[in-house]
Amino acid sequence: MPDQISSKQADDLILSKGQEGKEYLTLNLGPTHPATHGVFQNIIKLDGEIIVEAEPTIGYIHRAFEKLAERRPYYQIATITDRMNYCSSPINNIGWHTTVEKLIRAEIPKRVDYMRVIIMELARISDHIICNSVIGVDTGALTGFVYMFQKREFLYEIYEEICGARLTTNIGRIGGFERDFSDKVWKKIEQFVTEFPDVLEEFGGLLQRNRIFMDRTINCGPITAERALNYGFTGPNLRAAGVDYDVRVMNPYCSYQDFDFAIPIGTQGDTYDRFMVRQQEMRESISIIKQAMSRMPDGPFHAELPEYYLPDKEKVYNSMEALIYHFKIVMGETPMPVGEVYHCVEGGNGELGYYLISDGGRQPYRLHFRRPCFIFYQAFPEMVRGNMLSDAIITMSSMNVIAGELDA
Amino acid sequence: METDEAKITGAKYQLAEKPEGLEGTGYFATTLAKAVGLARKNSIWPLPFATSCCGIEFMATMGAHYDLARFGSERLSFSPRQADLLMVMGTIAKKMGPVLRQVYEQMAEPRWVLSMGACASSGGIFDTYSVLQGIDRIIPVDVYIPGCPPRPEQVIDGILFIQELVGNESLRRRNSPEYKALLTSYGIE
Amino acid sequence: MVLNKMNGEIRDRIVKDIHTHFSTAILKEEMNYDFLTLTLQKEHVIPVIRWLYDHEELRFRFLTTMCGLHYPDQEEELGLMYQLHSLENNYRIRLKTFFTTAQAEVATLTGIFSAANWMEREAYDFFGVRFKGHPDLRRILNVDDMIIHPLRKEYPLEDQTRADKDDSMFGR
Repeated sequence: MPDQISSKQADDLILSKGQEGKEYLTLNLGPTHPATHGVFQNIIKLDGEIIVEAEPTIGYIHRAFEKLAERRPYYQIATITDRMNYCSSPINNIGWHTTVEKLIRAEIPKRVDYMRVIIMELARISDHIICNSVIGVDTGALTGFVYMFQKREFLYEIYEEICGARLTTNIGRIGGFERDFSDKVWKKIEQFVTEFPDVLEEFGGLLQRNRIFMDRTINCGPITAERALNYGFTGPNLRAAGVDYDVRVMNPYCSYQDFDFAIPIGTQGDTYDRFMVRQQEMRESISIIKQAMSRMPDGPFHAELPEYYLPDKEKVYNSMEALIYHFKIVMGETPMPVGEVYHCVEGGNGELGYYLISDGGRQPYRLHFRRPCFIFYQAFPEMVRGNMLSDAIITMSSMNVIAGELDA
Repeated sequence: METDEAKITGAKYQLAEKPEGLEGTGYFATTLAKAVGLARKNSIWPLPFATSCCGIEFMATMGAHYDLARFGSERLSFSPRQADLLMVMGTIAKKMGPVLRQVYEQMAEPRWVLSMGACASSGGIFDTYSVLQGIDRIIPVDVYIPGCPPRPEQVIDGILFIQELVGNESLRRRNSPEYKALLTSYGIE
Repeated sequence: MVLNKMNGEIRDRIVKDIHTHFSTAILKEEMNYDFLTLTLQKEHVIPVIRWLYDHEELRFRFLTTMCGLHYPDQEEELGLMYQLHSLENNYRIRLKTFFTTAQAEVATLTGIFSAANWMEREAYDFFGVRFKGHPDLRRILNVDDMIIHPLRKEYPLEDQTRADKDDSMFGR
């Protein structure tokens, strides 16, 4: 935190012509500010309550994912991706698994695709729940947060039933899943898709047409479609600005082409539009899950990839073949194709890309994550310029900037 | 101890457990430390220093399902100056280290520190050039919660451990030479 | 899982057009899975991106990502990777360039894409690539007084101050 400012900076602070004697107020917001939901620091220059300039500083939880990934075998990198966007870790996991599957040119059974779609859409809902309920909290409406978190807790129960963890899920493996969904999982998902829409409508009813909420969020932190594209926006934030770019539709992965869903878009790119786009996306996600469940194909829950898919422990202990493959995978003796591959999935915040260079070794030679938060957060100063200080807070929460993804 | 209020409303719960002491008709005598400890431990104001994943799990702990308010800690103090308990949740990078230390220094005595999750306790899976390998390198820690991230039940368990410490702490501990030596070893005045 | 709608005909045309416009710019042309990857001369990267951006038909107007690369065994050991996306046509293209550590200075892309600002700062932070004309080239993720560029291969991953790990057990 810069305590002192240089004399040149001080000169800059003085307003020009006819404004002698007035100065801007420099305010340090963060990195532990309660309203910023994470470790973001902004040095904001204020004219009264109007923001003249904001300068974000990031890196407060830089954990060196990319370097770490160069030292970890392929199947262990899923644990790193968990901690990237921790509000929707299943999407990150599956994105990573599909990247490796693309590298090894694996054929994935339809059933695995559909199961993945269900999990990814559940994860998208859990991501949007956090974002939207936090917008509510920041505008002073705590009630919705409590309603929505009750349901989010239920999503955690589903994850737990599938993989045993609540937050850092590490769902699935390269090639599919470690086990099939149990009956209880299906029952819980069924229960979720029947109960959640009501809660969502109730939550929406509290805010969507609420005069106070609308006055507070409309025209707050807007961005035009052109600027958004130039800034590399993706996901709900780009769609709120009016561009219908969605990786699920443009480059379908995991059989997304089989499902019928709409891409909600906004017009202004302001906080209200971002909120509404996320609300609508949750409804679409529910519809996708319903479609996937009604058309769930039969088949194996993992691909036949003995050299890459970690075998079941039961088999490792009892069959020679499985033991050999287990050993080979863990010791990194399976052949990996040499090459470089880029794959992306539609994460909670937009295009989550994995750029992987393999030199045939046990670990990737280089792995670069295209982290949507990192790319769109740099537009923040431009979006809040001319807005009030309190608008900066809800603009930030409506952009859904996740510190783990931002700082890598 | 059934309180008067409980008698009126018919509630079955107890407010707090009575400390050891002498009791007779019309009086109850105990040590000052125990009385103060009783008051302190049931009204801890935590400062959530949430940086990453564990913060989301903390949100779940605060939510309706697990409800930390049952233990008297629902009042979060975002200002370090009024906080009793510093809850460090999530990875602390080296860039964040000085900030954390400053927050700790701003807290008034008596203060307690809870380190939640593997990253805060030891660096966790991130044994990397940019991550501080455990917050106990820069500030003293009272309770560690393992897990990556810990379940809300574990967080509640950790808070109960803190309550234990708070309730049984001698009033003179913060003036003792041992405590001063501890702070000096961390370079905190 | 094909991310790219670019077919062979368009691919050949792009390569041919770049050849005509920037004679010797392309050093290497390869297909990596569904991506056309062009390795360019350092000074031609920004003009080629500008040309792709302004092209009436191709319209590569979205910078997907960009990152540094390091191959210590090569003579030109440092590199940069740019990935562009044409949202209208759903074409994607990857451009690379390599240079020596001593000449690790590239023109900035911020004039075309605002998104490049932090990406270039990240590449500077991680690999020490300097960008000529960048508005604010500082470290972004690491502390300002760090002296190394940690993602270069010669630097270790682990925290070097840690004493509680037995090196022989952890292979450090």
